[in-house]
Amino acid sequence: MRNVFLRTTAAAGLVLVLAACGGEPTESAAGGGAASGDTIKVGLLHSLSGTMAISEVTVRDAELLAIEEINAAGGVLGKKLEPVVEDGASDWPTFAEKANKLISQDKVATVFGGWTSASRKAMLPVFERHKALLWYPVQYEGLESSPYIFYTGATTNQQIIPGLDYLKEQGKTKIFLVGSDYVFPRTANKIIKAYAAANGMTVLGEEYTPLGHTEYSTLTNKVVQAKPDAVFNTLNGDSNVAFFKQLKSAGVTAESMPVLSVSVAEEEVTGIGVDNIVGHPVAWNYYQTTENAANSKFVAAFKAKYGAAKVTSDPMEAGYNAVYLWAEAAKKAGTVEVEAVKKASGGIALERPEGLVTIDGETQHMYKTARIGIIQPDGLIKEVWNSGEPIKPDPYLKSYPWAGSLAS
Amino acid sequence: MTATLEKPPVTEAPVKEPRDWRGPALFALVAVIGLVVMPLVLEPFRLGLLAKYLTYAIVALGIGLAWGQGGMLTLGQGVFFGLGGYAMGMHLKLNDAGDGLPDFMVWSGVETLPALWEPFRNPVFAIAMVVVVPGAIAWLLGTLVFRQRVRGAYFAILTQALAAAMVILLVGQQGLTGGTNGLTNFFEFFGQDVAADSTQRGLYFTVAIVLGVLFLGAWQLQRSRFGRLLLAVRDGEDRVRFLGYNPATVKTITFTLSAVMAGIAGALFVPIVGIISPALLGVVPSLELVVAVAIGGRFALAGAVLGAVLMGYAKTYFSEELPDAWLYLQGALFILVIGLAPKGIIGIISSLRRRKEAAA
Repeated sequence: MRNVFLRTTAAAGLVLVLAACGGEPTESAAGGGAASGDTIKVGLLHSLSGTMAISEVTVRDAELLAIEEINAAGGVLGKKLEPVVEDGASDWPTFAEKANKLISQDKVATVFGGWTSASRKAMLPVFERHKALLWYPVQYEGLESSPYIFYTGATTNQQIIPGLDYLKEQGKTKIFLVGSDYVFPRTANKIIKAYAAANGMTVLGEEYTPLGHTEYSTLTNKVVQAKPDAVFNTLNGDSNVAFFKQLKSAGVTAESMPVLSVSVAEEEVTGIGVDNIVGHPVAWNYYQTTENAANSKFVAAFKAKYGAAKVTSDPMEAGYNAVYLWAEAAKKAGTVEVEAVKKASGGIALERPEGLVTIDGETQHMYKTARIGIIQPDGLIKEVWNSGEPIKPDPYLKSYPWAGSLAS
Repeated sequence: MTATLEKPPVTEAPVKEPRDWRGPALFALVAVIGLVVMPLVLEPFRLGLLAKYLTYAIVALGIGLAWGQGGMLTLGQGVFFGLGGYAMGMHLKLNDAGDGLPDFMVWSGVETLPALWEPFRNPVFAIAMVVVVPGAIAWLLGTLVFRQRVRGAYFAILTQALAAAMVILLVGQQGLTGGTNGLTNFFEFFGQDVAADSTQRGLYFTVAIVLGVLFLGAWQLQRSRFGRLLLAVRDGEDRVRFLGYNPATVKTITFTLSAVMAGIAGALFVPIVGIISPALLGVVPSLELVVAVAIGGRFALAGAVLGAVLMGYAKTYFSEELPDAWLYLQGALFILVIGLAPKGIIGIISSLRRRKEAAA
C-alpha cells in the first residue's frame, strides 16, 4: 500500500509541475513590446549547457557586463536594458526555437547570441522571417551577409588571411591543415588552399577529426612525417587539449613547427595547459594584453564582476562590443525599431578594447584590426604583429583575385 | 536500461474490458482538445512547439510498438527520423533553389548537383522516399539480425551504433548533406510560405491528424492476432518458435513499421521546425525518446505518446524558466519517475484504477 501511495504522490507531483507550464505563456506574454514600459528587453542566447557551454557562458557574461554598464550610465533612450537569457543547449534546432521565443513572445528589441556557425545558420531564417536583429560575436568562415545579422567577430580576411600573411612573412611555405569536421574548418581550409596556390605555398596535408575527438596519435604521426614548416589549426574545443599534448610528446616545439590556431584564445589556453602550447602563435583581433584605455577598463570591470582569475578573450570582447554598438545605433536612430537601427548603424565608430571598431553598413560586418600573438608562459597572449589599421570586412573575399572560385 | 530486465505485465494487455467505450471516448476527447481547443488557445509560437512535440510523439508511438509490445529496445530511431527528415529537407532545398544549387553546396564548393539529389526535385518521389528509405533499411536490418537471433542488449547496441555511424556519415559529407549545419533556411512548403502562421497552423493539423491515424492503426494492430503474436514473441520467443511461427518475421514487420513512423515524423518535423541536422538523429535524441516512452509507460501505446509530449513540454518549460539549471531538474524528474514508477505514468493510472475497482 505504501508503495502505491508513494508512486501516486510522485505522479501527482509530476503532473502539477507539468500543468504549470500550461499557464506560463499568458503570464510572460503580458510583458508586451520591447520598448513598452520602463525597460527595453534584449535577448541573450548562448549555450549554457552541452559541449559549447564552457566557451559561450563567458560571452554571455561579457554581454551581461556591457548591459550593466550601459544601464549604470543611464540606459538606452532613457530606458534600462532588461536581459532575457535563454539556453541554446549546444543544439542547433534549440537555437532556432529559443530565437523564435525571444522574438515572438518576449518581443525583444535585439538578440545577442550564438557561437558555432551551425547555430548561426539555424537562427538565420528565424531572424530573417521575423525581420528581427541578431548580433553574432564570433569569428567565422565568411561567405554570408544576412541583412538581419550583425557580425562583430572577424570574417576570414580579418583573421585567416592575416594569419597566412604572417606565416608567409616568417618563411613558412609548407603547411599542414588540421581541423574539426564542421563548416568553419572545412570552409577555412578551402580558402587557405586557394591562398596557398596563389602565394607559392604548399599544403602537405589536410586532416579532419569529429568535434570532441581526443585521440591524436595517428594524426600527429602524419603531421610529423609530412615535415611541414607550420601547421594551421582549426580544431575546436576539447580536441585542442589532446592535440597539443600529443604534439608535445612527439617532440614538436613552437620553434621547430609552429602551430597557428584560430580557435584558441586566453580561455582555451588554460584548458589546454600553458606548458603544452607555450610559444605557438594564434590569430585574433583582440587579446587581454591589448594596450589601450578601453581595454584596461574592460579587463578590470570583468575581473571585478566575475573574479580576478578570469581572463578575457576575443569572442567575449566581440560580444561585449556588440551590446555597445547596438546601443549606439539605437541612440543614433532614436528608436529600437529594427529597420531604423539598421539604417543608423552604418559608419558608427567606437573605441573598443580591440581598438577602433567601425560598422560597415553594407555588409553589417566590422572594420577590425588583425593581430597575431604568441602564447606566453603566464597563459596570456602577447601581440607580435598587427595589420596596422582596421581591415575592411570582405566576407565574400571579392577583393582577392585568387578567391574568385570560392564564392559565387 | 534496467527497465528491460523487469517482467512485463503479462496479465494486463489481453484482458478485454467489458465496458469498451472508455478507450474510444478518451481518444475522442483528446482529439477534440488537440484539433479544436489547442489551436484556439495557443498563440502561433506555442502551437508550433506543440506540433514539434507531436512529431516526437509519432516516433514514440513507433518505439512503443517495437519496444513496449515487441520487446525490441531500439536506441537508434533517430536514424529513421533523420532519413525521413533529410528526404523532405532535400526536396524543400531544391524547390527553393530553383535552377541553382542549394545554398550550402555553394559555400561547400560543390559545382554540380549530385546525382543523389536530382530525383528529390519531384515532390511525389521525395514523399515516397520518406516512407520507403527508412522502411527498407529497417527491413534489411531486421531480416539480417532477427534471423541471427540477435536480441535484447545486443540489438539495442546495434541500433545505437547505427545512429552514431549515421551522424559521422552526414557530418563528413558536407557538400552532399550540409555537414554539422544540416539543412536549414527553407522558404516554401508546397507553394506556401513555410514561416507563415497559416502554413504552420496547417502543419499542426496535419501532424495531429497523422498522429491520430497512426495511433488508431497501431491500436488495431495491437488488438489483432498479429498483436497477440507480437506480445508472445516479446514474452517467450522460443516458445513461439516451437509453436511453428517465425518470430523473425513478426519482429521485422514491427521494426519496419516503427521505422516508417519515425521517417514520417522526421519529414513533418522539417517544415515545422525549419531544420534537420545530424544532432537531431544521433544517440542522445534517440535515447531521449526511449526515456520519454519509459516515462509515459511503454506497455501502452498511449503512454508512449503521452511521454513524448510531456517530455517536450518539460524540456521547453524548464529551459525557459531556469536556463542555467534546467538539465539537472529534468534529469531528476526522469530518475524520480523511472525509479518510483517503472511502468510509467500509464502504469500509475492503471494501478489506481485497479485499486478503485478492487475497492468497489
